[in-house]
Parts: sequence; structure tokens; C-alpha cells
Amino acid sequence: MAGQSDPELSLFSAEELEFIAEDEIVDIVPNLKMGPLNFISGDFGPFIPQIVAQVPLWLAVALKKRGKCSICPPQWMSVEKLTQVLEAERNSQEMSEQLPFHYVEISRLLFDHANDDISDAYMVRSLIEDIRDVRFHKVETDLEAFNGRTIAVKIKNLSAMEVNIVISVLSNVHFHYIISPRQLRR
Amino acid sequence: MASSSMEGSMPTMDEYEALLSTTDVELLKRAWRSEKAAPEILRYDFDLVGRVTEQLQLMEETVDEKSTSGADPLSLSLYQMDLDRTLFLLRSYLRIRIQKIEKYMFHIRKSDELWNRLSKGEKDFASRCIDDLKHHLEESVLSKLPENYQSVEKQSVISEEDDMVPEPRLDTFVLCRSKEYLSGIQLEDGPVEDRSKLFEMEPGVLYFICYKSIKPLVESGKIDLL
Repeated sequence: MAGQSDPELSLFSAEELEFIAEDEIVDIVPNLKMGPLNFISGDFGPFIPQIVAQVPLWLAVALKKRGKCSICPPQWMSVEKLTQVLEAERNSQEMSEQLPFHYVEISRLLFDHANDDISDAYMVRSLIEDIRDVRFHKVETDLEAFNGRTIAVKIKNLSAMEVNIVISVLSNVHFHYIISPRQLRR
Repeated sequence: MASSSMEGSMPTMDEYEALLSTTDVELLKRAWRSEKAAPEILRYDFDLVGRVTEQLQLMEETVDEKSTSGADPLSLSLYQMDLDRTLFLLRSYLRIRIQKIEKYMFHIRKSDELWNRLSKGEKDFASRCIDDLKHHLEESVLSKLPENYQSVEKQSVISEEDDMVPEPRLDTFVLCRSKEYLSGIQLEDGPVEDRSKLFEMEPGVLYFICYKSIKPLVESGKIDLL
């Protein structure tokens, strides 16, 4: 049962999260000519050299691995944008809403498979790591604020990986009472 | 959040179009995620699994055809990848259900509501599992115990409830996201004075909430679990 996480914790394993993130749509610039692909998961293409096409990430990576395209990194993966995000994250206890739900997985996949398509890849990578650290730290601080009188927690802009941290903490604690929206209104 | 009425019971044009363009794979992914996140077994989506299986078979035939007719190996391998991804999704969905059935089979068998959430194959599987496990427990342990302690479901004859049946914990926290603005959610847990308060959900925002409170909304498909 490879890749299947423990159902007890309702956690998605890192592989499963990656699987989900691979359905996110990205832009590619193909360098081959290929007719449209009519997949079960949708229709993509046709592909014409130098004409931007939109495909799911898994397809982009598959083509990239075979040297058939270059991937255009999403707009948020630029040094300029990420510097802004990092600043926003550092200046406030709130989570910034500028990154997609699967930003950790998407950036990871792109670094692994399309590093040469990312401008300033080194900077981008270290910025994303910083942002990740700041955000994870915030999640942990928020969790410390939980107490026994809360009904539900409203969380804005949490990413998929961060969700896993929260679930694993919350399901390990035996909650008789739940968490109030007023206490954690963010 | 001024209005408390439930708006948008009729789908707007945009929603209707979104519905049309939603592929079965997308729907299966949603069912898979909900099934994975929910503590108890959810209703088996018979129609959806049927449609996906049909598409998988068609696609398998197409791929076979292409491979014999000497089609472009690149596009062939891409079709195969798409096929494999969908197969994984379907298998994983069915496996999670089987794991839940194995764990809670006695509990599921007891209630008609839960029992009817299973597919025909799952029912057969559960029945066989129950028989085998009962048989095994009786043979190996229970028959050697004193008469009052021989039930599979109860600790002893004086137990009022079936206290040896594992049940899913419905008070666990789940992460969910609503598709539309929902209000008037009755919280069934928590401190007594808070229970009368109604809870509201904004679309697109993630909430951690006790599964029991939103159970009906998950069942009606208004809320997705993550």
C-alpha cells in the first residue's frame, strides 16, 4: 500500500499531496508539434512549437523530462514577488494570501524537474524556504493559543502542508471541547 | 454576512457551466479526499465509479489500439500516464473504503443507514469478513471463556451496550471548505452555553470543525473535506 497514509490520522502523505498538486495548471512552451491529447482528466493541446500551452503540472514535468518543453514558472515564483510575500509574512501574525494552496509542492516539483527554467533559482528557493519557515512557525504559535472552550477554528490561507501540521497536532490531542471562532478569528 | 438566508439554491449560469466542465476525475478526486478525511464511511458513489470505470476501459482500449498501430510513442506514454493516475485515484478511493469497512464492520452492519452506504461488492466483503472474524474469535478464544463472556459484541452479558464494537470517532476534527455561504450550522458539541449559537461559513475559507457538527452538510455535498 505504497503512498497510502494512515487513515487514523486523516493525513495525506507527502506523496499524495504531490499527486494532488500535480493537477495544478501551468504554462509551458513546447518545442514539438503534437496534436491534442484527449485524456480522461481533460483535453490538452494541441502543441505548437513556441506557442504557450496550458497543461497540468504532471504533464509539464513529463514533457520537460523528455526535453520537449520549457516550463514557465508561475508568477508568484519570482524574486520580486516572493520578497514582498516574505516581508508581509514577517510583519504580521496573519497568513498572507498571496501564495497558492500547494505552493510548497509546486515549487518543489519545479525545482526538481525544471530548475533551469526558473530565473534566479537559488534566490527563489531560499526565499520559499524562508517563507515556509515563517509560516510554519506562525501555525505552531497559533496552535498554542487553543484552549478547551473553542468551537471551530477559521483559518485563512493555510497551505496544504501546513494543514497537515495542524491536523496531526489536533488529532493527537483529545478534544472534548472545541475551539471558539472568536478566539482565533484571523 | 448580514443575510442569514441560504442564497443560491438555484445554480447560476456560471455554476452551471462549472458543473458541466467538471470532469468525472475531478469529482472522483473530491470523493476520494472526503472519504479519506471523514472518520466514518461515506455513501458509495455508484454512478460516479461506474462512469469512471467505463472511461478507464475505453481509454485502455484506445491505448492498446494505439500501441499496436504504431502511434507516436511520446503521446502514447502520456496517455498511459493519464490512465495510471486515474487508476491510482480509483484504487485509492476503494482501498480507503475497504480499510474503514475492515475496521468498523460490526458497527456498520448494525445500522441500516451505514450498511446501505456500501456497494454490493463491499457488502459481500463485509459479510464474509464478519463471519470469518466471528468464527475465528469464537473458535480461538470465546468458546473457552465462561458462558457470560462469549459474545463478540459485548464484554459480558451485563453490558448494556455493544461495548466491544469499534466505532469511528465522530467528534474528531476535520478540515473543510464550503462551496457557498452557509449559515445556521448547529454545533452539536462544545460547552453547553455555546451550543445554541449558530455557526456560519464563508465560501473558500478553511475551517477546522468537529465532524459531527457538519456531518449532514458533508453528506449533502455542500462541504468538501480536505
